[in-house]
Amino acid sequence: MKDLFRKREFNLFIFILFIIFGVSWRTPSFLYINNFVDILNDTAILSMVAIGQLMIIVTGGIDLSVGSSLALSGMSVALLNQYHPGIPIFMIILISIAIGLLLGSINGLLVSRAKIPPIITTLGTMSIYRGLVFVLCGGTWVSAHEMTEAFRVFPRRSFLGISSLIYLSILIVILFLIFLNLTRTGREIYGVGGNKIASQYVGINLKKIQYIVFTLCGGITGLAGFLWVARYAAAQSETAIGFELQTIAACVIGGVSITGGSGTIIGVVLGAFFMGIVYNALTMINVSPFWQMAIQGFIIIFAIIINTVMDKRNQQLMLRKRSFNE
Amino acid sequence: MNNCIIEMKGIKKYFYGVKALDGVDFKVRTGEVHALIGENGAGKSTLVKILTGVYQPTAGTIILNDKPVQFPSPQVSQKAGISAIHQEATMFPDLSVMENIFMGHHIRNKSNGLLSWREMKDKTQILLDKLELDIRPDTKVKNLSVAQRHMVEIAKALSLNAKVVIMDEPTSALTLREVEYLYKIIRKLKSEGKAIIFISHKFEEVFEIADYFTVLRDGKYIGEGTIADITVDKIVQMVIGRSLAQMYPKLEAEQGNIILKVENLSKIGVFKNISFDLHKGEILGFFGLVGAGRSEVMQTIFGIDTKTSGEVFIDGEKVYIANPSDAMNFGLAYLPEDRQIQGAILAMNIRENITLPIIDRTSRHIFLDRNREFEITDEYGKYIEIKASGWEQLVEDLSGGNQQKVVLAKWIATKPRILIMDEPTKGIDIATKATVHNFISELAKKGIAIILISSELPEILGMSNNVIVMHEGVITAKFTREGANSKKIIRAAIGSISK
Repeated sequence: MKDLFRKREFNLFIFILFIIFGVSWRTPSFLYINNFVDILNDTAILSMVAIGQLMIIVTGGIDLSVGSSLALSGMSVALLNQYHPGIPIFMIILISIAIGLLLGSINGLLVSRAKIPPIITTLGTMSIYRGLVFVLCGGTWVSAHEMTEAFRVFPRRSFLGISSLIYLSILIVILFLIFLNLTRTGREIYGVGGNKIASQYVGINLKKIQYIVFTLCGGITGLAGFLWVARYAAAQSETAIGFELQTIAACVIGGVSITGGSGTIIGVVLGAFFMGIVYNALTMINVSPFWQMAIQGFIIIFAIIINTVMDKRNQQLMLRKRSFNE
Repeated sequence: MNNCIIEMKGIKKYFYGVKALDGVDFKVRTGEVHALIGENGAGKSTLVKILTGVYQPTAGTIILNDKPVQFPSPQVSQKAGISAIHQEATMFPDLSVMENIFMGHHIRNKSNGLLSWREMKDKTQILLDKLELDIRPDTKVKNLSVAQRHMVEIAKALSLNAKVVIMDEPTSALTLREVEYLYKIIRKLKSEGKAIIFISHKFEEVFEIADYFTVLRDGKYIGEGTIADITVDKIVQMVIGRSLAQMYPKLEAEQGNIILKVENLSKIGVFKNISFDLHKGEILGFFGLVGAGRSEVMQTIFGIDTKTSGEVFIDGEKVYIANPSDAMNFGLAYLPEDRQIQGAILAMNIRENITLPIIDRTSRHIFLDRNREFEITDEYGKYIEIKASGWEQLVEDLSGGNQQKVVLAKWIATKPRILIMDEPTKGIDIATKATVHNFISELAKKGIAIILISSELPEILGMSNNVIVMHEGVITAKFTREGANSKKIIRAAIGSISK
């Protein structure tokens, strides 16, 4: 129990409760269950892709191309759906994931084999993938009436009042919770991020780990691509521009160390949820749209400062405890 | 004692209750080379850090030119005229000699407040000339040799108008000729009235260059005197304070068959024709100066680096080791020198660290098994006496000695048949050191073959059955325990075996 209070995730959770309390005091409708379901729907895609980003950041890398990969896989399946409406929806989903895996594995190969630093690699592929979206669609949109009914409503289909979008994101969370915490490869991912050289000394294959995290992130992003264009019923060349920064922000707010080695899925999901709540709350309390973006930025920085301050305090407690023990 | 420039009286320094310094007195006079002598962990570095304002003393006074002073920060100490030349020079490799010298005290143009590079360049040239250093002020520091970097550090001290220059093991990475040159500069500085604090645990050097000495042991002041009135034997006695046998509890271990045989191992530009045999239960010491290539040989055997030519045999069979996984499968383990960089994963807890190399033994298929991990951690953690609040404690929250124990436990848990230890006691306190030494002896007794790389001569002499000495990438001598003595080993290490 004492440990719980020391966790960054817990700090963030308390911070979220504060915001909810503060906003609902001004706007009681914020507390309606429907509003929370909306927030969950809005942050489901962000949570999923942020988990992919988390794995890469934990190894000490970063993926700037997720926005573009998302757009490219989304555009591909939207066009496929437009020209071959007969393809069943589960095939569409598999194809979207496959495209994402391919794009991610290209990143992975460039980083692990060609040894190009992740930030450079993905800065390059960010442009390449985005450029391919333009090439594919020729600058036009795939809009709602060009998509099949099954394609469009898939993310909204609900069971027990909860949408398939949320179910899928929960599935991703559980799968990767198991992967990162209970499997050998998961442990090795944290090892590589914590200390590359020491990991090499104990026989961990760095190249393999780098390839795996980029490819898996790509796979999640591919799935997110389909969900995104289906949910907004539009695939366009500007889809998800700047989204990579949101995924990185969700990670950082969730306590992921930007230098690698530490970070949890729960933290990242809370981080994404936090961003959704802030966005939603600002709209609810009628903050001018012109101000919203700047205020969002302020709140993000504020959250991170609180997190770091709490961390420092805990470290000092730890040191004092240590000196006492010795 | 009227020309005392600096006097430290009754200095105490405790770290979380551990006494690093316990009432040390230390006086330095102008125009003298004062040797500060003691083993690693005796408190030399701590004393220097107090003098340079890095640490604050728990108790005691510092008197500078007959006035009590305090050095709350390195800047204050520097201003008072105290400069330290560091062991691993703290320099900016991508900046020029001039920029390095004036880092932190740039000269500004008085009229416009901009940096005055011309003036700094001129002053740098004057300093370089004085030190008889044939380099240009705008050469980048990364292109200099170790000796030249030392000289640049000295130039920096002079540019700060230092009256006391502290040299911490200045010769450890120098060739003989460079050492001679350093001595010449030291004598020159001395003749100008500078006081030089010379830290070394090489007695030959102390007798060559120093006028006066102070000995520390286990954080305590042991004695001082003029070099002219003392013998090597007496100083050694002061430094060690007990017999070698007590410090190094070598158990008699029966030596078995040859387990590892290395033949003509070479890596171009790094080491050449390395051949040796290692027996079961043997502790084979590897001695040499920094840069002799000892670690590189071991890293190549362990599959971290690739060899150019040569062969490795284990149990008489030729083996190919392409990466550390292969090496571990053959029963090798490598305890690296730098535990922070190569050893422990600080952001992970003790259990995760210890089980990382044996993750395929502790997990079921692809899934981890925490209970098994805990059992193994408990077994080895208790065996090696890691002090922690629990096995889930993060390694970064442990003390240095305990971090080293985690790394040791991690490699012992792989149940190696051949254990390579690279400076296993570097930078740890004397108590932990004794534990580690005991431990090495015990492992050898169990039949594990051990390669011990160490730069501490007493450790090599006290622990090894056989000693191999390397110099600039080649083996210059091999000794048995009986045939080895410090003089012969040092000669081989500095490459003057033929003399």
